[in-house]
This record gives sequence, C-alpha cells and structure tokens, in this order.
Amino acid sequence: MNREFILEKLGRNLKNSTPGKRESNALERIRNAPGGILPVQPRTATARVAHFIEKAKEAQATVAVCASSGVANAIAEWLRSHNLPKEVRTGQDNRLSALHKAKDSILTVKQGPSDGSDLTGVSHAECGISETGTLALLSGADNPTSLNFLPENHIVVVRRSDILAHYEEIWPRLRKRFGKGKMPRTVNLITGPSRSADIEQTLLLGAHGPVRLHIIVTED
Amino acid sequence: MHITSPQFKQNAKAALADEQLQRSLTHVRKNFIDKRAKAAAALPEFEALRDNAAAIKNHVLENLDAYLEIFESNVISNGGKVHWAATAGDARGLILDICRKAGARTVTKGKSMISEEIGLNEFLENAGIEPVETDLGEYIIQLRGESPSHIIAPAVHVNMDQVRDDFRRVHTHLPPDREMSEPESLLKEARGILRDRFIKADVGITGANFLVAETGTTIIVTNEGNGDLTQTLPRVHVVIASIEKIVPTLEDMSQIMRVLARSATGQEMSVYTTLSSGPRRKGDPDGPDEFHVVLLDNGRSDMLGTEFQDMLRCIRCGACMNHCPVYHAIGGHAYGWVYPGPMGSVLTPQFIGVEKGGQLPNASTFCGRCEEVCPMRIPLPKLMRHWREQEFSGHLTPPAQRRNLKAWAWLAKRPKLYHVATRLAARGLWLLGGRNRRTGFLPFAGAWTRHRDMPTPEGSTFLAQWRKHTGAGGNAS
Ligand code: SF4
Repeated sequence: MNREFILEKLGRNLKNSTPGKRESNALERIRNAPGGILPVQPRTATARVAHFIEKAKEAQATVAVCASSGVANAIAEWLRSHNLPKEVRTGQDNRLSALHKAKDSILTVKQGPSDGSDLTGVSHAECGISETGTLALLSGADNPTSLNFLPENHIVVVRRSDILAHYEEIWPRLRKRFGKGKMPRTVNLITGPSRSADIEQTLLLGAHGPVRLHIIVTED
Repeated sequence: MHITSPQFKQNAKAALADEQLQRSLTHVRKNFIDKRAKAAAALPEFEALRDNAAAIKNHVLENLDAYLEIFESNVISNGGKVHWAATAGDARGLILDICRKAGARTVTKGKSMISEEIGLNEFLENAGIEPVETDLGEYIIQLRGESPSHIIAPAVHVNMDQVRDDFRRVHTHLPPDREMSEPESLLKEARGILRDRFIKADVGITGANFLVAETGTTIIVTNEGNGDLTQTLPRVHVVIASIEKIVPTLEDMSQIMRVLARSATGQEMSVYTTLSSGPRRKGDPDGPDEFHVVLLDNGRSDMLGTEFQDMLRCIRCGACMNHCPVYHAIGGHAYGWVYPGPMGSVLTPQFIGVEKGGQLPNASTFCGRCEEVCPMRIPLPKLMRHWREQEFSGHLTPPAQRRNLKAWAWLAKRPKLYHVATRLAARGLWLLGGRNRRTGFLPFAGAWTRHRDMPTPEGSTFLAQWRKHTGAGGNAS
C-alpha cells in the first residue's frame, strides 16, 4: 500500500525521534497554535479602519462607508456611476436584510448562487483585515461562493467592528463559531479584484474573477 | 515530459542565441527584482518572518509522518478522501480513476507544478480526457504545446505577438478581424473562452500551496480567480499536492503566507487565498460534491534525513530564479525539466537522477543571491555543491573538467607552488583586464567568456594582499 510505504519511509528517515514523540509534538503545536510574528498595526479602531481602506484601495478596490440601513442606496449609487443595471444577486445573509427588503424602484435583488449570467454579486464578509485590505468570506447559503467569482462586479459589505488587524485573528473567531478543527467548506481571503500579468508582465485587472471589487464599510 | 537536462549545454547555447527569448527575459530582470525589494523593505518584520517561516517548516519536516496522518484524518472527517501516491505513476493512475468514476470528458485545471512534475496532461489526453489549463499563462503555453518556463510566470518567455498568433490559430470560431491589438483584448478573449470551459467541466484539478493539518484544509493562492472557478463549479474537486506542503495550523499558514506573495510577485497579498475543507455541506448552494486530495511523495521522503532536507522547505515562490544570473541569461526551458533556476538545479538531479540532471547544479556562479532572497532560508548554493560532490565522486563529471579539477587539486596540495602559480595567473589576468577591469578572453576557457566577461583580479593574490594588510606572516591557512 502506498500509504504505509510512504509513512514507513518517513519514519525510517526521521531516525532521531520516535513515532509517539512526533505525534505528541504535532498535537501540542496544534493545541497551542502559536501566533508567531505579528506586524505592527494601528492600535485604535479608527486608525485601523482607515488603514484597511487605504490598503484595499492600493489593491485596486473601491471603498464607500455608510450606515447599515443605507446599503441598498449605496449599492444603487455605485451601479449608477458605472452605468450598470440596478440588479444584483445575493445570498440569504441576515446582515443584508436591508438589501433584501429594498424597493424594486431602487434595486432588483435576486437570491441564490450565480449561474454565470449575473453582472453584479453582493456578499457580506465575515471580517476585514487591515494589514493588506483583505476581506474574509465564508461559504454557505448566506454567501454562495460562486458570487465571489462569476459576476463581473463584486460588492462586499463589511461591518466596521469586524475589521481586524491580522490574519491570525480570523482563526480563533472561526474556532469559536464552528468548533476546534472545524471550518466552513470554503474561506475566501480576497484582496482587490482579479488580475493577471501573464501577457508580457503587463498587469491587467479582471482575469477570470471580478473586474471590479467594491467594498462597503457599514457603521453599526 | 521529454527531459532535455542532459543536453543542458546545447540548450543554454540555443537560449543565448534566441533574440526573442532574450527580450522576454528582460521582464524578469526588471520587474521581479524591484518589486520584491520594495515589498520586503515595506514590512519591518520581514526578516523575522522569514526566520519563523523556516522554523515552522523545519518543525513540520521533523514530525512529517505525524502531521500527514492528522491531516488525513481531518480531511476524512470533513467528508473528503485522501489518496497516497508514492510515485508520479501512482498519482496519475489515482487521478485517472477519479476522473473515470466521475464519467469525466473535460477537466479544468488550476495552476499546479505537481501536475507538471507527474506529466498529468499528456496522460489524461492519452486516456481520452481533455485537460484545460485555466491560468492565463498556462493556457497560453498549453496552446503552444510547451511547458512552463517559470514556476509562477509560466509564459514569461512568450511575447504578445506570439499570444495573438496562437489565439488566431486556435480560436477559429471568432471573427478574424476582431480587435486584438492590446493585451486587454487578448485577456478578454481568453476569459470568454475559458468561462464556457469552467461551466461545462466535470472535474476540477488544483494544486495546493498549503495543507493545514489542524483542519484538513487545502489552500491555493492565486491572482486570477481561475483556481476558484476550477474548484467551485465542477461536481468533483481533486487537489494534487506533495507531502511537504503541510503546515500545522492556520496561524502557521498565515506566517508563511506573509513572505510568499512578497517574495514571488512583490505583492503584499495575492488576490485570492482560498481555504477548502471538504465537499459541499448540507444547505450549501454551490461547491463540489466530491473532494479528493492526492498526496504525492515521488522521492521527497528520500530527501528527509539527508543534506537535502532543507530543500523541502521550498514554497515555490520563484524568487531564487528571479534573482539568478544564470536564469536571467538562459530562461527556464534550458534546464530541461519541470523546475528551473536554483531550486530546479537542486531538485532536478533528485527527481530524474544525477546522471541526467547533474549538469544543472554546475550551472551556477555561486553568487549567493538565491540564498539571500529565499524566504525559507534554503542554502541553495550549498545544496548545489552537494550535488557537484556527488557527481564528481560518481565519476559523472565530463573528462576535461575532471582533468582540470585534478590538476588544481594537485597544485592546491603544494602551497609554495600554488602561490607561485596563482600569483602568475593573477598578474596575467590583471594585464588582460586593461582599464575596465574585465576581460572577454580567458586562456583555455573561450566557451566560458563567449557570453560573459570575467572580472579580472587586482593584480595580486588574496594571500599576498592579506599579508600586506595584516603585516607580514599573517596566518591565512
Ligand atoms: S528555493 Fe526558496 S526562493 Fe526558490 S522557489 Fe523555493 S522558497 Fe522560493
């Protein structure tokens, strides 16, 4: 069997320790999950949010800030400014309820995963990371993964209070919510819109994923 | 894949004479080096993070069997399957099996060097399954019937005119007078064509940058989003990854991730870092029904416990080739197998045998830039030297080189004579150097100077200068 063959060979070549010792080493590190080296980040929440916005823009995203009740209007306005139809697709996330209840005159909202025909998808992020202007999105009926990649335009809403400093702060949150060692099926860390530099090293936005990424930070 | 590493010298010669390739290689020299330097300088903790990244990987390697078993059991509890492949052939067979069971006719693929290593595309084609590369660079070289010439920029050797010609040749259903003058229009064309392929594919195959033991999670890091469409839309997702990709925890992954993008493209963070833990869950509106991880050994376990163990820390960032004067001069294809540059010079003899790949570790100036920039602090020059020693002791070095080395050894063992000889040589080279201190002519080494200049010495030997600086009789032995 390949499995036993490989594991035995590894064990043979790791001759300075016993299998039992290696197992306890591994389990101990997983239990402790040391954080490592964390780059210095702004201390106050206000500075952290400002840094997040600056970094997201550096990564070619656009950013708007509004009250959570104003999300539908903020989306409609952004679509108008890009000459896009006022129609979006979204999941069942309760945090987007203001959007789900939006009047048709402002915005047409369709629910469920994308089949590739939607121009604009709207998701709600689990959190943002100020370090690099990164968004963390979780899969599921609330925020179908296909919305992150198929529509040409991706709008992501994130709560101001969910903007963290480091990636390392995401994982304890997920452990608390899903249980130790458990994860949602997919976690997408997204930093700016899709891009490629494969043709003569020229950076172009909108390779296979969204051409535009618009972030709406909500004040709560 | 057809191996041409034994003809390294001829390959290099052809590459040096290839004007189009030489033009393309200037992109590597210019872009990658600057961008990485800026990204490294902008993060004060960068050097400390490199140390920690290397320490994490060392810890993993010392406990690798335990971590693999923990990873496996967590993938299974997430509802996925783990397949172990000792050899490239085992991996190909396992993947074909999964594809056949899924009734697959087309397979979309995210970028994966492991897939190149095991020669997966050709194998699937021969079995009647069409593999479609979806990373733009990989797509371009697949159309051209080529292999990647760089591990993160696979089509870096191709220019825009060539891409345009290839698209015209292959995308025959599109109007011949369509707009193709800008890179943007070519990208749009590829996006449109591949969209259709993503939606129709039966199986999606991706690689993995990390395997997280703690959660049974596989991770891909990309910029285009092709890997995500590859793994989200088809019914079956297959991850192919080598055993050393393991990290203990999500925190450990985050630490290494910080040095990965900065070292590779000079980005602070790649656009998409995607963590996958098993197949579609109850209530999930999308995602694959099946999730398979194929764990490939293919000789890596043989490196554990040897002088080559350090190489298993490699995260395939490409920084070593981006900073390598040899790679800058000849590009990736001349190396003759899957992995080019300094990391390839260490890995190739391991994977295809020192008798076939032994010339690569000799193609080094030992300038040490690769080790300086390697985020995982892999002592690449030292590892190349290990191969040279093995090659020499295995009598695989070409006869002329053996004669010269023997003559040098004979001389080096006779200090008096050695000093006289080196003094004479240094003096002679100084005379050759003239005013700009470089020479394009070396006695007995015409081939060496044809494409490079030898900086000439300052006219006296190191020993003589040492004595002068330390006062007479300095002990330099
Ligand atoms: S050897 Fe180091 S620099 Fe080269 S690809 Fe591997 S990690 Fe990157």
